[in-house]
Amino acid sequence: MAEDDFDVIVVGAGPAGSACAYTLAKGGKNVLLLERGDSAGAKNVSGGRLYTYALDLVDPELAKRAPLQRRIVREQIMLLSGTQATTIDYADLDKDAAGPQSYSVVRAVLDEWFAGEVEAQGASVVPGMRVDSLLEENGRIVGIRVGEDEMRAAMVVAADGVNSLLGQQAGLFPEVQGHAVGVGVKETIELPDAVINQRFGVKDGEGAARVAIGCTEGISGGGFLYTNQGSISLGIVFNPEQAAQNGRQIQEIFQDFKLHPAIAALIEGGTSIEYGAHLVPERGYHGIPERLYREGLLVVGDAAQFGINTGMIIRGMDLAMVSGLAAARAILQAGNAAGTGPAYRAQLEELLLLPNMRAYAEFHGIFGINRIFKAYPDLANQALQFLFTVDGKVPPPMIKKLKSIVKSKVSYGQLAADAWKGFRSV
Amino acid sequence: MSIKRLSPEELLALDRFAVDEGNPHIVVDKEICARCSKRPCLVVCPARCYQLKDGQVHFEYAGCLECGTCRVMCTDLGVTHWNYPRATFGVTYRCS
Repeated sequence: MAEDDFDVIVVGAGPAGSACAYTLAKGGKNVLLLERGDSAGAKNVSGGRLYTYALDLVDPELAKRAPLQRRIVREQIMLLSGTQATTIDYADLDKDAAGPQSYSVVRAVLDEWFAGEVEAQGASVVPGMRVDSLLEENGRIVGIRVGEDEMRAAMVVAADGVNSLLGQQAGLFPEVQGHAVGVGVKETIELPDAVINQRFGVKDGEGAARVAIGCTEGISGGGFLYTNQGSISLGIVFNPEQAAQNGRQIQEIFQDFKLHPAIAALIEGGTSIEYGAHLVPERGYHGIPERLYREGLLVVGDAAQFGINTGMIIRGMDLAMVSGLAAARAILQAGNAAGTGPAYRAQLEELLLLPNMRAYAEFHGIFGINRIFKAYPDLANQALQFLFTVDGKVPPPMIKKLKSIVKSKVSYGQLAADAWKGFRSV
Repeated sequence: MSIKRLSPEELLALDRFAVDEGNPHIVVDKEICARCSKRPCLVVCPARCYQLKDGQVHFEYAGCLECGTCRVMCTDLGVTHWNYPRATFGVTYRCS
């Protein structure tokens, strides 16, 4: 049997791959981290928020050094329709507030930094390498192939993202299905920090995160906005199957969102500097493939479809890091390749990744209530329009008018059915 | 500069691409596409790499953002080959 070139080869230098490689190198393993982009992060797009407990789990020192953008202090929810907008703005402005925190991030910056930290732990980090296939011998994964070159390792970790060609090639799961993912598009818009601070009511280093519904022409999905240092990330995630049925090009709908007067006012004077797109795992717990490993191979991060979306909380990068950590711990603990897979599963439980995902397991059902994406935002805006209108005429009786607004959007039967569905989902 | 509606071409012009000339990472079979009635690719590709010209689906890989949506949504299997571009090619994000 040929000798191994490395103890572990990690494919993909996103948050999952880097967390895994970092922990392994720190634990004394001879690690190779491969990345297909010219640098880590060069191929990556995310909305832009990291819940930083995950960095602390990997190494408390990391969070201190990480190039994070702004600490999110304002959580905003927007209901959009036509030219109307209702915004809920939650803030805890106690500057000494301890406890769980989240920061906006720019992936090209964050991922490149993280890969540098991996290298500093002694791992070999090689960007500009597209792994073409896995090496298999006697039913076991024993390495990877890049072009003509073969590299062998006792373990391979597939951190190759939501499309995970490697996981599919290994026969762990079938191709990704349309209903299981969202397609996200995003523009990064440059804007001076002072302007961002003023428009979002935040101080230097503080930021806002916003989700928006009612901006997708009724397609299951929603808008997002994150404030960074010197820029704003603005985008929409769509259910691709419903988008296809809707028939209008998704980036057209996104441009409408950008130009909605309530959004345009926030980015006015800014300069669009980048446009990106990416798939996101959307099904949550029920979307996790049954098999996340086989002998010699572990699958982590987006490749394992780890993600939580409650409509208000959108988590991916933190789960990616935790899963990378879980894989690394499993490899460090288990004495042999056969024991590593079950140890990985056990670590996903112990590090609370799977328990977290189970807690939100049925939330995806909420997005099956299609009226959330148009009828209900319209209803809220019309009701508020009525409640705030003064024109000198005698207003209709309030309850009667509100009832008629509700009835114009949804029948009581539909309302009851949606309420029941929503209740069962949470 | 002010905020304005950007066309797909203008959006892609914001990004940096290194095109692997003559070596497409995605291959589309036009004959299959000709028989496809749904053609979700025309709508869901964020880079609008799939466009209808003279009733035919035309595919251009140069502006591909490597998201994988076409692969996931192409139910009639007109996308006969899908991979990421070879190393050093494709899109490079700097601030996403």
